[in-house]
Amino acid sequence: MPNPSYSRALVIMPAWNEAQTVGNTVRETLALGQRYDVLVVDDGSSDETAAEAAAAGATVLRLPFNLGVGGAMRAGFKYAARTGYDAVVQVDADGQHDPRDIERVLRGLDDADISIGARFADRGEYRVSGPRKWAMQFLAGVISALAKTRLTDVTSGFRAANTRAIAQYLDHYPAEYLGDTIDSLVVAIKSGCRVVQVPVEMRVRQGGTPSHNPTKAAIYLGRSVFALLFALTRRKSGPVHLVGA
Amino acid sequence: METIAAFVLAIIIVAVVLDLLRRKKIREKYAALWLIVGAATVVLGAFPQLLAIAAETVGVTIPSNLLFALGILFVLGVLLHLSVEISSVEDETRALAEEVAILRAQLEALAADRTVPSEKGPADAVRAPMEPHASGHGSTGANGASPVHPPQKQKHP
Repeated sequence: MPNPSYSRALVIMPAWNEAQTVGNTVRETLALGQRYDVLVVDDGSSDETAAEAAAAGATVLRLPFNLGVGGAMRAGFKYAARTGYDAVVQVDADGQHDPRDIERVLRGLDDADISIGARFADRGEYRVSGPRKWAMQFLAGVISALAKTRLTDVTSGFRAANTRAIAQYLDHYPAEYLGDTIDSLVVAIKSGCRVVQVPVEMRVRQGGTPSHNPTKAAIYLGRSVFALLFALTRRKSGPVHLVGA
Repeated sequence: METIAAFVLAIIIVAVVLDLLRRKKIREKYAALWLIVGAATVVLGAFPQLLAIAAETVGVTIPSNLLFALGILFVLGVLLHLSVEISSVEDETRALAEEVAILRAQLEALAADRTVPSEKGPADAVRAPMEPHASGHGSTGANGASPVHPPQKQKHP
């Protein structure tokens, strides 16, 4: 592919007790990659996640205790910034994100600082309903207006960032529930990062069960609105250097 | 009798705080708060009529209510303060965890590099952060990173 906006990309997979799936996901990703390295952030797992990931060929960051997805990602961003990667992409270790879409999401960085792999954007089978759907639509509406572009899946964890976005994330990347998706995105937009959305397909999860519980959905709605309101009132990050040209 | 009890209690509080401070079990910034409370209790214990005067001044009918209200306010303030402190401690812990994880990964890469000297892959990740690489300071995209990272090739023994 001609002229990508980055030279080396780091695929960051936050993983917490994903020993069953992480090895496969890493191998699948490395099998594709010309310019990717894979970093698995083992978020204080009690199983063989770290060993499986290392055996599959990933670099592994072992967090000494569980920090949550947000905390794991921040460690990953710090690593990426220190080792000089100019693009990172977050991918779920459980294989729900199709590694073949990584390139597509990274290409979103050609004209933005953050690129989101969106699950509903005319592709794939991913569906939700009820309060969870309303919450997602509401969040998408507000954040779209903020970002001045149409975003439909703002809670997607499948997203890429360039050096500018990484620098901003290092300044502000919350580890609270939903903070890693909504809060981080809102503050990034406020701080001047441009966001685009790229349609991707979601695969069925390889392990665990999805939650279709109305109580959980309602809690999700409440917390997401809460997270959004807080994010909207936060200060933007200090001046973020624009790197490259 | 009551006055003596209050007085003794206050003295005990102050003594405990001072002892904790002496044994470095408590930091000065927190101790100050408790010493002030202790001192106030000592004064009130010694001169109970002060409370009545204060209650009358602010318009509280029953002096003990003033005491309760102040006590609750004080406890709320302390709890809030502790929440703030613990949040910042959590942040610091998180940063340390990140640091430890990165250092450990780099150490392992270094060790791997030493045992298999021909394999240069992962060790580059170790060397990179020690060099002030260009990509952080607006070089014209001439990949500050790629000379440091030879393409692909992650080897793990």
